[in-house]
Amino acid sequence: MKMTKIVRSTADIFYPFCLIFGFYVVAHGHLTPGGGFQGGAVIATGAALLIVARAYEDISQRIRKNALKLCESIGLFMFLAAGLSGLFLGHPFFANWLAQAGSIFGQPVAWGPNPGDLNTAGLLPLMNIAVGIEVLGGLSIILLYMISGVKEKE
Amino acid sequence: MTISSIAQHLPALLIAVPLLTAFLTPLIGGVNRTLRMLWVALGISATSAIGLALAWKVFTTGTVLYVFGAAAVGQVLPMDSGGIPIRIIFEVDAFSALMIVIASISAFAITMYSLVSESECSGQDGFYALLFLLVVGIMGMVATGDLFNFFVFLEISSLAGAALVAYRVDKGVAVEAGLKYALLSTLGALCVLIAIGLLFAQYNALNLATLASRLQFTTLDKIALALLIVPLAMKCGAVPMHFWTPDTYATAPSSITALLVVSSQASLYGLFRVLFSLYGHLVQFNYATFGWFVIILGVLSMFVGVTMAIPQKDVKRLMAYHAVSQTGYMLLGVGVGLAVLGNRSALNAYGLTAMAGGIFHIINHAMYKGLLFLTAGAIFYRTGTRNLNKLGGLGHTMPWTMVFFMIGALAIAGIPPFNGFASKLMIYESVFRFSPFLSIVAMVVSILTLASFVKVFHSIFMGPRREEFAAAREVPAAMIFGMALLAVVVMLFGLFPQTFIDGMITPAVTALVDRGAYISAILGGH
Repeated sequence: MKMTKIVRSTADIFYPFCLIFGFYVVAHGHLTPGGGFQGGAVIATGAALLIVARAYEDISQRIRKNALKLCESIGLFMFLAAGLSGLFLGHPFFANWLAQAGSIFGQPVAWGPNPGDLNTAGLLPLMNIAVGIEVLGGLSIILLYMISGVKEKE
Repeated sequence: MTISSIAQHLPALLIAVPLLTAFLTPLIGGVNRTLRMLWVALGISATSAIGLALAWKVFTTGTVLYVFGAAAVGQVLPMDSGGIPIRIIFEVDAFSALMIVIASISAFAITMYSLVSESECSGQDGFYALLFLLVVGIMGMVATGDLFNFFVFLEISSLAGAALVAYRVDKGVAVEAGLKYALLSTLGALCVLIAIGLLFAQYNALNLATLASRLQFTTLDKIALALLIVPLAMKCGAVPMHFWTPDTYATAPSSITALLVVSSQASLYGLFRVLFSLYGHLVQFNYATFGWFVIILGVLSMFVGVTMAIPQKDVKRLMAYHAVSQTGYMLLGVGVGLAVLGNRSALNAYGLTAMAGGIFHIINHAMYKGLLFLTAGAIFYRTGTRNLNKLGGLGHTMPWTMVFFMIGALAIAGIPPFNGFASKLMIYESVFRFSPFLSIVAMVVSILTLASFVKVFHSIFMGPRREEFAAAREVPAAMIFGMALLAVVVMLFGLFPQTFIDGMITPAVTALVDRGAYISAILGGH
């Protein structure tokens, strides 16, 4: 099930752009439309692009299932850790103690129309990143398992 | 974290600890098997301890509120919210606490049991991760005070449950059952979501207490009510929406079946919560109509369940139909309470007793049915078959399993001194004053249940030793421990029912009936 060289080269060229756009959507989740889930899904589209263009054997060499599983667990753990971090500092579960605290993602939001400051919103961007990592792992692994079930015609 | 801060954050930890266990299981399981077993045992012990501690706190100090993400745990109505609770709030009252007790005890016994019973199977990282997610779903459904949050936890428990049903592929049979469960659950959850949408569009609130205080019983509210109670009745396995239970319960690994029983009871909790706390006490709400709706569902479930159970050849399929039948008792008891909710004298005379019987039956059922499914799993673990015609003579080699099976079977049939008797007697007596016919049906169903279990007991354990099961031995200690824990609870509830009724059941019934208290816990004195 190998596509022509044109398709494969195009997929190879587009793959990094897919990833970059996905990470952009994840990182700007608190400012622009989209967020962790949507960005993670865009990143998984990159994996889908490679899967369409190449045979399963090539892909399984390049994208490893174990790494994706690790992404899933780590993403979920990061999300929960962000929620739990409040508990250890004396706030309720999921309290956004980082917002407006002055440190990372801690700037106060400006009033009125403005281009948006990435360095705001406290825990939200961190949670977006965690969800992004989880979703890119989860969706890519679903795609890989589905493609591994497809029988090759001799 | 100090003890006092843990006590303050118990509702959050009830969700956070099993989630943490679930997410880290694949990482820790990658290191080695022993570490994973320790981690899982630690996780479930912590979860159950938190659940029981929270329930204790509720029974001793009253309703516990927890506001997620607020400046302070108890800040229900922020200054700038205009009197609307805008955040996700957990509202754990006595009825929720009772369900949390059920889930904590069952989940602990079941997980200890599965540590051995599933130890030969592959894919255990996923198994335990999903098992803990199922526990999260159950705990969340019974603890939350937010309708949309309830939907989220309903979905978590449905999806985790469906994946676990299909866990043993079993030549595709289990996958089919899992798919069926997933499809029906999704359909039901979508109905619930539409109902939530209808309510949100009209009242701009998702919090149960706020919604309850604002409901007008418009046409849309009636549609929402139907869209809420039908899926929840389906998820708890009431006839005529019971068709998924036999397939799902029979093919899932036994420990998972026992947990699915608890998960279906969480749906029962949702059903009662909607009927009593959300819609009950509305001026236009006709108690007799909805009471009889629940009663008819209950009587149908009792009777159809037990008559379908009698001819079954597969021991777990048979038990699944009995689970449907026992759910009928809970619906009957609480339905009678709902039917007389507007009539204060009848409610005090027998309505509250009927509800107490129905709710006591929930916890009793979870214990003895869990025990029975675990014994069925033990038999399958040693013999590899669930077919009653092939089994026989196991009493010689598996004495402990036989004793536990007897305890479970006598409890489900309502024989004293086991717990089924205590709750069934309350239901018979109080329902008799409402309608003697219903009470007689309930007794006949109990007799049929006893007959059915005598047959099962005879065909599994009695008779001479069989050659094909010569190698069958007693199951390992961890599995006996899981079953023994449930058996002890069954005995305790049967021997000292009054203690538990006074301590847990009566507060739960009061919490369910007192809609005003549920609302004012969030909104203050309205």
